[in-house]
Amino acid sequence: METGKHKHDCKEVFALLSEYLDAELDAERCDEIRKHLDDCPPCIEFLESLKRTVSLCHGCQTAEQPPPLNPEVREKLMAAYRKSMQNRARQGL
Amino acid sequence: MATDKRQEIQLARDLIEGKPEAFDRFVEVFRSKVFQYALMMCGHREDAEEVAQDTLFKVFENFDQLRDPERVRPWVFRIARNACYMKRRKSVFAPTQELSLEDFLPHSEGDGSRKLEIADWSALPDDQVLRAELRDVIHQAIQELPEMYRAAIMLRDVEELTTEETAQVLDVSQEVVKTRLHRARLAVRAKLDEYLRRRQSGVAKG
Ligand SMILES: [Zn+2]
Repeated sequence: METGKHKHDCKEVFALLSEYLDAELDAERCDEIRKHLDDCPPCIEFLESLKRTVSLCHGCQTAEQPPPLNPEVREKLMAAYRKSMQNRARQGL
Repeated sequence: MATDKRQEIQLARDLIEGKPEAFDRFVEVFRSKVFQYALMMCGHREDAEEVAQDTLFKVFENFDQLRDPERVRPWVFRIARNACYMKRRKSVFAPTQELSLEDFLPHSEGDGSRKLEIADWSALPDDQVLRAELRDVIHQAIQELPEMYRAAIMLRDVEELTTEETAQVLDVSQEVVKTRLHRARLAVRAKLDEYLRRRQSGVAKG
């Protein structure tokens, strides 16, 4: 019985680990998870690996860069910017 | 090159205030950012280049509508996301395969030991070679995700938007963002784990 109950807890915790990491759970839920983690090394181990995954993803853009900006395109972008600034001025902003 | 959020906000503020000196830097920062995002989302270089250009056009055409410079990053990504949709190739219209939590539940070794069958993440050396390898594994893992999960992890974890901003960019509820993000992270974690286990068993063999 005990093992069954424990497994059930692990599964529930597993579903909430990202929200736990992101501090997006309410205080009560958060406490429940913390209590579970205190007594469950496998869940802690898994949580640590998920946390590491998230931090590895931060700023993990591809190193690829676009080709240099074509001067004609730059002029068009600048014209669009100028025009929208005129709109803004007309709206009195 | 991770760009600083504060720098982006300052550039947007300068442009709103009509200081054109900020223009080239703004273009440089967001062109690169949108290109990289689009490359992960579309998978084709030429599509990504077009998305970056189309996005910047829309951004400047509608620049008078950006009220709050603090929101510049999600605002640009919302436009980029729509530009990516226009570029969707036929294969992307295939029905999305839903990722199930069950698929990612780790298994314990036998009974009683309560040891997980996962790599030893605590033993990761902090060296540059491994770091570069892990980045490749992450990119590969993200690109293999179904589109809706890919978008969630790209915006939340790679571009570091908030849940609320991501929900706005993707036009879904925050709950939906959280659900997709968790599954996406689990999928990427699983690929990293698989890679690390292979690497660690290789190292162990000498
Ligand atoms: Zn547990």
